[in-house]
Amino acid sequence: MTLSLGHFLTLGAILFALSVIGIFLNRKNLIILLMAIELMLLAVNINFVAFSYYLGDMHGQVFVFFILTVAAAESAIGLALLVLLFRNKATINVDELNALKG
Amino acid sequence: MDVTTGLFYLFSAVLLFAAFRVITARNPVYSALYLVLTFFQASAIWLLLRAEFLAITLVLVYVGAVMVLFLFVVMMLDIDVEGLRQGFWKHFPLAAGVGALIALEMAAVLMGGFRMDGAPRGAALAAAPGASNTLELGKLLYTEYLFPLQVAAVILLVGMIAAIALTLRQRKDSKAIDAGDAVRVKARDRVRIVQMPATRAAEPAPAEAAADAPQPGAKA
Repeated sequence: MTLSLGHFLTLGAILFALSVIGIFLNRKNLIILLMAIELMLLAVNINFVAFSYYLGDMHGQVFVFFILTVAAAESAIGLALLVLLFRNKATINVDELNALKG
Repeated sequence: MDVTTGLFYLFSAVLLFAAFRVITARNPVYSALYLVLTFFQASAIWLLLRAEFLAITLVLVYVGAVMVLFLFVVMMLDIDVEGLRQGFWKHFPLAAGVGALIALEMAAVLMGGFRMDGAPRGAALAAAPGASNTLELGKLLYTEYLFPLQVAAVILLVGMIAAIALTLRQRKDSKAIDAGDAVRVKARDRVRIVQMPATRAAEPAPAEAAADAPQPGAKA
């Protein structure tokens, strides 16, 4: 039994599902939520690389390159916001972020 | 079952286990460390897919920079873990249902829709003599994707400035001087030049005082 494209796509699908479950479970912990988003991006990237290999097309890898760039900027800003939040409210519990509730 | 298939299953199993531990670990530090393991396994799988440059980039950029940032923040913040874990498993049945649905649906569609059992076309490209993944990627990036590459650079710059600006904290008791203000200052901001004569005539004394006062010349 040799590897096929379906194997890698299934791996990406399972990883994506795991990160969705992670968002459900850790709905209070902002740090784990950020990590689950990173996992989602990784699942998407695995799909891109697999398609790029099986279709013999380098453009998929270029796209992964740009996704990595944007994800790095996103997590840097997200963590900066997290630090700012903790400095002001001394918590990262999502339930307590109700300043705009009115 | 050849070696590549065995390696794929090994890396996938470790990757999925590590991803599961990321979302269920009690301590966020363990989550971050398991996320590092996840990225390493993903990088190994990308090596199986002959994406060498991206595999090394994933380790360098993600494990080297982003995950260190995560660990830094997790260790810097004093987090009340128990409060955040309250009701952790309450929504687990719903979450597991949704997750299983997503995984099954995606796997069904992808397995059925992309049944490419033939030799992957990328394998022939990678096996060609003198073929280099980095070279091919670089050729594309610097010709066809030159403009997106520069936009990506701007995004990174904006991200850096935003992260610094958000977390920068000015000390209130700081006596530091603003170099810009110091350079821009003009002489007239500091010294006020008053125009006045160097000498001036003494005011004429009142008439009575002049009459009463003894004349210095008469005494002598």
